[in-house]
Amino acid sequence: MFTMASDRSQMGRELRSVVVETLQDLMKTNDRVVALEADLGGASGMTKIAATNPDRFVQCGIAEADMMGIAAGMSAEGFVPFTHTFAPFATRRAFDQVYLSGAYAGNTINIYGSDPGFCVGTNGGTHTSWEDVALMRTIPGAVVCDPADDVQTEWVVRAFAEMGQGIHYFRANRKAVRNVYAPGSTFEMGKGNVVREGDDALVITAGQLLSDALDAAEALEAEGIGCEVVDMFCIKPLDEDLILSAVAGKRCVVTFENHGVIGGLGSAVAEVLAEHGISVPFRRHGVVERFGQVGSPHFLQKEYGLTAEAVCATVRGLLG
Amino acid sequence: MTTDTLATARLLAAKIRRDVLSMLLDEGQGHLGGSLSIADLMGVLYGKELRYDAKNPHWEDRDRVVLSKGHAGPAWYAALAESGFFDRDVLYTLNDGGTMLPSHPDRLKVPGVDMTTGSLGQGTSTAAGMAYALRLKGSSSYVHLIVGDGELNEGQCWEAFQFIAHNRLNNCIVYIDDNKKQLDGYTKDVMNPFDLVEKMRAFGFHAVRVNGQDAAALDAAIQEAKAVQDSAVAIVLDTVKGAGVPFFEQMMGNHSVKFNTPEVIDEAKRAIAALDAVIEGSEA
Repeated sequence: MFTMASDRSQMGRELRSVVVETLQDLMKTNDRVVALEADLGGASGMTKIAATNPDRFVQCGIAEADMMGIAAGMSAEGFVPFTHTFAPFATRRAFDQVYLSGAYAGNTINIYGSDPGFCVGTNGGTHTSWEDVALMRTIPGAVVCDPADDVQTEWVVRAFAEMGQGIHYFRANRKAVRNVYAPGSTFEMGKGNVVREGDDALVITAGQLLSDALDAAEALEAEGIGCEVVDMFCIKPLDEDLILSAVAGKRCVVTFENHGVIGGLGSAVAEVLAEHGISVPFRRHGVVERFGQVGSPHFLQKEYGLTAEAVCATVRGLLG
Repeated sequence: MTTDTLATARLLAAKIRRDVLSMLLDEGQGHLGGSLSIADLMGVLYGKELRYDAKNPHWEDRDRVVLSKGHAGPAWYAALAESGFFDRDVLYTLNDGGTMLPSHPDRLKVPGVDMTTGSLGQGTSTAAGMAYALRLKGSSSYVHLIVGDGELNEGQCWEAFQFIAHNRLNNCIVYIDDNKKQLDGYTKDVMNPFDLVEKMRAFGFHAVRVNGQDAAALDAAIQEAKAVQDSAVAIVLDTVKGAGVPFFEQMMGNHSVKFNTPEVIDEAKRAIAALDAVIEGSEA
């Protein structure tokens, strides 16, 4: 069960600290959890694990594909590996190793792809991922999550540690994001959350954009448009039942993602709507046919049209 | 190695060669050259070196084998069948729909296969992870990692070698099957490997070159590798692609052989008969 944070304007803990501290906590009771880095331990904080749990931190150097293979080999020997690198390196660069050495070979790799989409900031276009969710969704049996805040990120890390065989990917900012959920909230893998109800429009989103989607819903309500917001933090397996129930009676549906419109949350929702013959005004609000670029996260969020104002405009456009 | 175990390893190598030829002849084609070049290594490993229990292939204290040059799967399957992991008849299901013996080894399907391989280079990293994990567990088991010379074109191999050397994983013995050829021709023409022993030494390995078709030399090199303290170890196998059957040794394009002409079929059958005679003579 989840409850909403008392003050959505407050920032939570840094997500990288959440990941590191949760892994350190898991290591107290699970002697199979190991953390692997590709020379971004200073950026992720994973090197703190080297200090507290030196046997459980595996430095792989700047060799992401090798890191995924090493994780797969450790999994074959019974360990529960958690790997970290920036989202594009964890997915685009090391995809075949994740796919074959990991999934196809029946091994487990838990992956934290950090700074997805506009979170990349000044690392720029080479470090930007607008396609990581699309890639990971294609892996049979993979679990793909985009948690909204620190509470949900911690829950995802703990859930991954217990999931057994398979590829488990989550993408998250390294830095702090606004609170959405109250501490102690729990979730269910493969189940989305209706975080705000409304009668006219349905916005389905994931990740830190959930805060922006809630901002948008408040703005739309002030204009007399009821906007329901669904947190689809688990993009695979997808909560089809929730999509089908939430869409009923709505005048439009908008997906809102920090990702390209091909293959991500928007595509996943479109597939469900199309296969169930649901005809409703629909838009995938995301990045269309563009590469990343350098700039502050704030600049990039605006540049790629991933703001509350932009999604409000999309909803208004669909409602006519 | 006593004379007896040496003989056992040689006999196993002959059986592996016979079985590989028989399987691929039955299939009509397959990766012959690189399977035959490691037959002697497989003979030494399964004939003497490895700690295993064929009836309990996941035995925790077993030695692990990772055949990163996964296209040589038929040689491994023959070694496993001849060592009791599964029935020899299963060998003839190679590549059939629904078989437990796919062209490239699959740890989820084949008893005795410790890691899935086939996409070249990837077995090096998984073997590195297994060796690291075994050391964390305090295990005395070894990982025997078999890599092709052509496979070394893949950069991932060198990433994994860095990791193995940096961590001084001397529980992971790296074998490089230097059979001098890859699919498109000689390795020196496709992508010159230069001196593999020097390369491995430059990467931080204790490296030696041995005659990879000589069971006694292989065994001696393995014992030497096991005695190395505080350093990663590599054994470069001086081998011949198609080794053990002169006709196929001399065939230029022997990476994947099609058994579709009377000459090739006859040569394969003749080699199988000769190996059968050797095997019967040894067992008599």
